[in-house]
Amino acid sequence: MLTATGITASYGRREVLHGVNFDATAGQVTAIVGPNGSGKTTLMRALTGENVFDGVVFLNDQDVASAKPWQLAAVRGVLPQSTPLAFPFTVVEVVRLGLASGLTAGRGHLIPAALDRVGLTGFEGRFYQELSGGEQQRVQLARVLVQVWEPVADGSPRWLFLDEPVSALDIGHQLQVMQIARDFANAGGGVVTVMHDLNLTAMFADNVGLISEGHMVAQGAPEDVFTDQQLSHAYGCKVRVNTAPASGTFLLPHAATMAAE
Amino acid sequence: MTVLTQNPARPHLAGDRSRIATNMTFVLVVLLVLASLFSLAIGAAGTSLWQGLSDLAMGRDLSLRDRVVLFDIRLPRTVMGILVGAALAVSGAVMQGLFRNPLADPGIVGVSAGAAFGAIVAIVLGGYLPAAIAASLGYYVVPAAAFVGSWVSTIILYRVSTRKGRTSVATMLLAGIALGSLTGAFSGVLIYIADDAQLRTLTFWGMGSVAGATWSKVLAALPLIAIALGVAPFLARGLNGLALGEAAASHMGISVQRTKNTAILTVAGATGAAVAVSGGIGFVGIVVPHLLRLMTGPDHRFLLINSALLGAALLLVADVISRTVIAPAELPIGIVTATIGGPFFFWVLLRQRGILDM
Ligand SMILES: Nc1ncnc2c1ncn2[C@@H]1O[C@H](COP(=O)(O)OP(=O)(O)OP(=O)(O)O)[C@@H](O)[C@H]1O
Ligand SMILES: [Mg+2]
Repeated sequence: MLTATGITASYGRREVLHGVNFDATAGQVTAIVGPNGSGKTTLMRALTGENVFDGVVFLNDQDVASAKPWQLAAVRGVLPQSTPLAFPFTVVEVVRLGLASGLTAGRGHLIPAALDRVGLTGFEGRFYQELSGGEQQRVQLARVLVQVWEPVADGSPRWLFLDEPVSALDIGHQLQVMQIARDFANAGGGVVTVMHDLNLTAMFADNVGLISEGHMVAQGAPEDVFTDQQLSHAYGCKVRVNTAPASGTFLLPHAATMAAE
Repeated sequence: MTVLTQNPARPHLAGDRSRIATNMTFVLVVLLVLASLFSLAIGAAGTSLWQGLSDLAMGRDLSLRDRVVLFDIRLPRTVMGILVGAALAVSGAVMQGLFRNPLADPGIVGVSAGAAFGAIVAIVLGGYLPAAIAASLGYYVVPAAAFVGSWVSTIILYRVSTRKGRTSVATMLLAGIALGSLTGAFSGVLIYIADDAQLRTLTFWGMGSVAGATWSKVLAALPLIAIALGVAPFLARGLNGLALGEAAASHMGISVQRTKNTAILTVAGATGAAVAVSGGIGFVGIVVPHLLRLMTGPDHRFLLINSALLGAALLLVADVISRTVIAPAELPIGIVTATIGGPFFFWVLLRQRGILDM
């Protein structure tokens, strides 16, 4: 269980999150959506204990603000929106860095397994800095995956926090990565992911939080949050949501046009 | 519980350079042993000690002259070369990991200058220390002062050039220049007021040399360097994590603040002690880690240890060169390392140009 209550966060004197509440449940994929600059990454930074904030975040009954890095690392992995890398590491070496946070003996076999999951088998010996943006993002995902490989460990769920995991990816790899999140949740783990693609979100998320200008406008099932009015208002453009007949659960925001103002 | 849990034979993965890096460690140990033998055997004025060394190995007695040359002149000089070379190379490697940049080097960004300033303060003003303190610190006054000097410089440099866990390379290099000239100016003032005897000490020391190594100097440098070299391997995981940035390192369970503090102290200790006993020997800290990263990758679990070994071996070789090229006179070793290291630094700069343009 992840509960965040009354999260207020600032950069310098500018407050960018104003008392946000947010919850996520293990076994589900929970998405955070909202326009650029609305505070999604900032919320992720609070949820993962990266930045200081007012309010409380509990992850598996652990107070995130006061937990030690190694305590948090044992239960959750974090994929940042972008990851600069100093020094010329190979793909295998980058993924292996993710193993360093736990007991690593005998876990080396996870590296090829993780690379296989993100579709990078054959890239082991390539230099990270010489990969494309989407390939780099998938290497980082593999690094995060080896850190929390088992979705449930010692009877409690583990978590993946993903900030825009698919924004740099082509459609095939988008589906592949979302399926990884889906499988992790189905196996009992928790996934919190920032998304821009509302269609993918509707397809893969069980629960969505919509942020606008530092406020959590709505949180709930995608079909409840993705309404014409809420999306149009949050994104500042006309969005019409349609339910695809094939499946009751998935929705298509189509016919989006710029708001005429 | 099975006691005999064996690691399944690890299949070799492409891109996993840990085996090459481990083999490199063995190669470097051999290289260091060879360099040490050369350093012991070869010296000025044809006093080759190969015969003496083999006599010693066979358990035969040495002549008095050979014994004096070997144990009172060559051996302390060799040990000093090993200590200083290892310290400089490890300082460079740790500093580069801390700043996430291959151009960070104590000599280039003013940390050695800070150490030198500390040492000069101790040499020139040491006489004003209360007798009790001076007596209790003994040989360690100069290294201790150099340590403080390099520590303060590293902290200032880190504060100025790093923001939210990202180092601006340009700011780091410029801050290094400012720091170097500032401490250089302070040092100049002290040199100006130094008396003749102190001046002679300073001049000799400032050229950068392990000549004139004595056991007392070795002992003076030993504690700080031994601690720094002993601590460095524990930094490996933290520095590896920092390569992904502070946030990612923390997410992986690394205590970032502790890693940074330890790294700064390690750099300060190793640089301070090395500068205190050998003056300004430049470029070891940048050449050695860079070569090793090219050959065996940037993983600090191997890089730090291998840097210590290669740094020690390289400094011994440079020292042998320095005492033989213009024999019977000696070239200060700082000149030898600068002649090799200067062009090397240019080369690194050219390779890094894309990053510097930021
Ligand atoms: N390091 C920072 N310093 C100052 N302001 C920042 C910083 N990071 C973000 N901000 C500001 O805080 C606000 C929220 O930013 P945040 O990164 O959380 O947005 P986001 O929802 O993740 O946007 P995007 O979709 O573009 O990733 C923005 O107005 C942004 O300009
Ligand atoms: Mg963002």
